[in-house]
Amino acid sequence: MSEAALLNVKNLEAWYGESHILHGVDFSVRKGEVATLLGRNGAGKTTTLKSIMGMVAKRRGSVIYEGVETIGLSSDRIARLGIAICPEERGIFASLDVRENLLLPPKIKSGGLAIESILDLFPNLRERMSSQGTKLSGGEQQMLAIARILRTGATLLMLDEPTEGLAPVIIEQIGLTIKKLKESGFTILLVEQNFRFASTVADRYFVMEHGKIIDTFANSELSANMEKLHAYLGV
Amino acid sequence: MWGKRLNFRVWIRGAALTRRFLAETTPSLALRERAAHQPSLPMFAINTSALFGQLLVGLINGSFYALLSLGLAVIFGLLNIINFAHGALFMMGAFCAYFLLNLAGVGYWGALVLTPVIVGAFGIFLERTMLHRLANLDHLYGLLLTFGLALIIQGLFQNYFGSSGLPYAIPPELTGAQNLGFMFLPNYRAWVVVLSAIVCFATWFAIEKTSLGALLRAATENPALVRAFGVNVPRMITLAYGFGVGLAGLAGVLAAPINQVRPLMGADLIIVVFAVVVIGGMGSILGSIVTGFALGVIEGLTKYIYPEASNTVVFVVMALVLMVKPAGLFGRAS
Ligand SMILES: Nc1ncnc2c1ncn2[C@@H]1O[C@H](COP(=O)(O)OP(=O)(O)O)[C@@H](O)[C@H]1O
Ligand SMILES: [Mg+2]
Repeated sequence: MSEAALLNVKNLEAWYGESHILHGVDFSVRKGEVATLLGRNGAGKTTTLKSIMGMVAKRRGSVIYEGVETIGLSSDRIARLGIAICPEERGIFASLDVRENLLLPPKIKSGGLAIESILDLFPNLRERMSSQGTKLSGGEQQMLAIARILRTGATLLMLDEPTEGLAPVIIEQIGLTIKKLKESGFTILLVEQNFRFASTVADRYFVMEHGKIIDTFANSELSANMEKLHAYLGV
Repeated sequence: MWGKRLNFRVWIRGAALTRRFLAETTPSLALRERAAHQPSLPMFAINTSALFGQLLVGLINGSFYALLSLGLAVIFGLLNIINFAHGALFMMGAFCAYFLLNLAGVGYWGALVLTPVIVGAFGIFLERTMLHRLANLDHLYGLLLTFGLALIIQGLFQNYFGSSGLPYAIPPELTGAQNLGFMFLPNYRAWVVVLSAIVCFATWFAIEKTSLGALLRAATENPALVRAFGVNVPRMITLAYGFGVGLAGLAGVLAAPINQVRPLMGADLIIVVFAVVVIGGMGSILGSIVTGFALGVIEGLTKYIYPEASNTVVFVVMALVLMVKPAGLFGRAS
């Protein structure tokens, strides 16, 4: 275990009902970095995030966050340790307006961003505060989904494919935001299929296949690993 | 189940008596004359005091429909359970008021505060010991369990108290009536309508306009995600069940001086309440309140215009609404 590891995942297994999805996932995330899970559709990236968050009922192995073993904890307890998720489907609540969506996650620790700084990061949301959550465009919904986990005091942000289905301008904006969040001290675990986007923000990569991590490298080793990566991702 | 609708005849008989009482005590001779001269054409001879009398009965029934269907909506939203025990819990509210008075000397006003808490606590006990085990199962299991609970609770009360009613007096502060000119308004009935409307409005406000309400609405939509934000959703669900059941208990106390306190008082009411829930839209807060009051009034109007149809009018409305809007008037089509 590296000294600076904020999150340590060891031999993590997970099941949906009878189907065994994760078969021993091993990786760790260092404090302050942007770590990226890459892998084809169905490799188990989303399931990995959900398992860390405690949202998959049947799981085994070890997930240690800031020295605390979380594998047996419920997801609300895990969240209160300082982990927050921005789910793949975004999870904007239709019966809540933008302001309510933004203010929904309760503060769990001090040190979250102030609403003003969040709205500076996502100026588009400012004029939409009283719109119904699901009336927003896809890009705005994605921004809202990220924005609402910034004020709670969580330090590890897990973002599941934040660029999926969005226009290039918006993807660029989200990339800039992720860099700013890293600068303000957040640790980010990113799931991406958009490899080109990931390379603009990531410090390290973990490649997943069939519910396992099959390769790891740093951003500096990217060009040396390009060929392998193309083979893994089938692009 | 449908046989139990018998009691509505009792209500209607009560309503007919009210009508006669109102007709006899109405200050306007002219109105009485008119009513007497055209007895066979009630639709055209508008007997205002009888009409308003029925509207008042309708509003009273509507108050109970609204309080009960509101609780059902909250419970359905968060637990995904159609709480068939609701009528039995309403009845327990009335009995609770009766016991508080006769065993502990706690009068109406004390009962009004204590009963929702006691019945709500009983609900929390049911949720913790039984209902929460059904959390991820089909609706049908919750329906069967709560239906069974209703039968057991009602059966126990019937066993000890028989089927006849126990009296519960109107509190002295609320006896008497106001002469509104066109009708007499019994103070207690006015109180029931006003208090129900206030409680319904406050609940609607808390759910739709506050941050706690936002949490409840979000947990109704996606409990797993709300929990992953650090909210103890299971505890929220337990409390929501307690609250919904507490509303039924409150309705029970309010009903005690109007109906008598009887083991089957809830069983009769709950069938109409379920129709209200379906018409309003399963789980809709505003829908349950508006539909509850509106259907009470429609029922009252029907009693005035065509009493024979007053038992069925709610179900006719239900059929019509479902043909046009299958998700109910306020339901989100999904
Ligand atoms: N709720 C679920 N129930 C059953 N199987 C699921 C569920 N969610 C995902 N899976 C399966 O688990 C595997 C991994 O899915 P996922 O973690 O979503 O992959 P990724 O995010 O890498 O695309 C896939 O085979 C998928 O079909
Ligand atoms: Mg995924």
